[in-house]
Amino acid sequence: MAKYLLLKHYRGAPAPVNDVPMEKWTPEEISAHVQYMNDFAARLEKSGEFVDGQALAPEGTWVRYDGEGRPPVTDGPFAETKDLIAGWMVIDVDSYERALELAGELSAAPGAGGKPIHEWLELRPFLAEPPTVTDCTFHG
Amino acid sequence: MDEALLRSLTPGVLAILVRRGADFAAAEDAVQEALLQAVRVWPADPPRDAKGWLVTVAWHRFLDATRADAARRRREDLVDEEPAPGPAPAVDDTLQLYFLCAHPSLTPASAVALTLRAVGGLTTRQIAEAYLVPEATMAQRISRAKRTVSGVRFDQPGDVATVLRVLYLVFNEGYSGDVDLAAEAIRLTRQLAAAVDHPEAAGLLALMLLHHARRAARTASDGSLVPLAEQDRGRWDTALIAEGVGILQAALARDRLGEFQAQAAIAALHADAPTAEETDWVQIVEWYDELTRLTDNPVVRLNRAVAVGEADGPRAGLTALAALDASLPRHAAVAAYLHERDGDLATAARLYAEAAHKAPNLAERDHLTRQAARLNARRCR
Repeated sequence: MAKYLLLKHYRGAPAPVNDVPMEKWTPEEISAHVQYMNDFAARLEKSGEFVDGQALAPEGTWVRYDGEGRPPVTDGPFAETKDLIAGWMVIDVDSYERALELAGELSAAPGAGGKPIHEWLELRPFLAEPPTVTDCTFHG
Repeated sequence: MDEALLRSLTPGVLAILVRRGADFAAAEDAVQEALLQAVRVWPADPPRDAKGWLVTVAWHRFLDATRADAARRRREDLVDEEPAPGPAPAVDDTLQLYFLCAHPSLTPASAVALTLRAVGGLTTRQIAEAYLVPEATMAQRISRAKRTVSGVRFDQPGDVATVLRVLYLVFNEGYSGDVDLAAEAIRLTRQLAAAVDHPEAAGLLALMLLHHARRAARTASDGSLVPLAEQDRGRWDTALIAEGVGILQAALARDRLGEFQAQAAIAALHADAPTAEETDWVQIVEWYDELTRLTDNPVVRLNRAVAVGEADGPRAGLTALAALDASLPRHAAVAAYLHERDGDLATAARLYAEAAHKAPNLAERDHLTRQAARLNARRCR
C-alpha cells in the first residue's frame, strides 16, 4: 500500500475546463456537486482506501522569524501570487495507477450545467517509512 | 450493560477515593481502570451494588499502583491506613469534581477533556475521537491537565460560572466519533443542576434542551443546513421543549437573570412559535437587549440586528448592523440576509458569496454558497 495526497487548489492550479464560480451555479448543481464529493469519500472509506480529508479556509497568513525581539513578519510580499490550497484528501492505495484513477474521478465532479469541472488536482506520493526487510533478494 | 448508568457513577466513585486521601491524578487513573474492568466483567457477572463494586475495584487498583511506587513514602503511609467503609455519597463530592475539572488554571481545551474523563467517565480514545485528535495527543492533554490541578485543594469552593462555560463548550463544539457530546453535555449539566442551587445552571440546561429539541430538523437528508425559518417544526422534539421551558420558567421566577437564562428565553420563544411567521420578534429583541446588558458581547449585538430586522423591518436591522464592526464573524451573512429581505438581491448575492468565503465550516460555506446561487439564478431569469 502507498499513501498519496490529493491536493485541491483555490488558486495556483491551471484553470479547469468548466470554470464557473460556484455562486453562479444553480442551487441544484451545488447540491449535486456536494453529493458527488460525499459519495466519493464514503466509497473510499468502504473500500478501505480513505485516510483523511480536510478543507482549508481561503484566508491564510505567511509568517517568518525575523530575529530576536522583533515581531514575526507575516503576510509576505507574495500575498497575491501565493498558491492557495483549498483542501486535501489522503488515500492509501495499492498502486500509483489506482491513485491516478481516483484523482481522475474526483476531478470529474459535476459543476455548472451538471457537467464535469475537469479541475486540476495535484497528486503527491508520501515519502514512506523505510521497509523492515532491507536486504532485498532482487538486489542479490 | 447500561454504559450511561456506569458512567453516571464515575464522579461519585472518584470523589470517594479522593476523600479517602488518594491524590486526584492517581485516583482518576484507578477509576478509569475500574470502569474498563466493569465493561469486561459485568455482562457475565453483574454486581448487586454497582457503585460499591467500582469503589472497591478502583481502591485496590489505586493501592496496587501506590505500592508499586515504593519510593513514595507518603503514599506508603496512606496504604497502611485501612479506610473506613465509604460514607454515603455526598452530593457536593460530585460538585467538587466539576469545580476541579473546570479550574481557572486550565485552558478551555484541557478543562473540557478532563471534565469528560473524570466527571463523564469517557475513555481517552472516545474523547480523542470526538475532537478529531490522535489518542496520544488527548492522553497528554489530560495528564497535563491533571498535573495542573494536582495542587488544588479538593474542598475549596469553586465558581459555578466556570463549570457552566466548560459544559457549554462540550455542548457546542463536539464533532464526531461514537459519543454524542451534545447528549453527554446535557447529562452532565443535568447532574450539575441537580447538585447545585444556581439559576444559571438551570438556564444552561434549558438552553441545551431547547436547542437539542431542534436537532433532527436542523439538517436535511443530504446533510445541508436548514435555517430556523425553514425547519419542519413537526420534527422538533416537543417533550424536550416542554422540559426546557419548564426548567427555564422556574429559573426565571427566582429573579437572578444571567446570560444562559436569557439565551434560553430566546430559544424558548422560537420553540413556542407554531410557524416562523408567528415568532414573537419584539420579545426576542427585548431579550437580546437584556443579553447585551449582561454580556456586552458583539456577537450578541449581531444577532440582535437580525431580530430587529424581523421585528421592525430590514432597514431597521441594517441600521443596527451599521453600528457594528464588519470584521465580526458572520457579519457578511447577516448583511446579506437583511439586504435580501430589503429587496436588494444583487447586493445580497454578493454578500452571500463573501460570507461563504469567510465561513468557519463546510456546512455553512455550502449553505451560504447556495444562498448566493439561489439569488443569482433568480436574477438571471
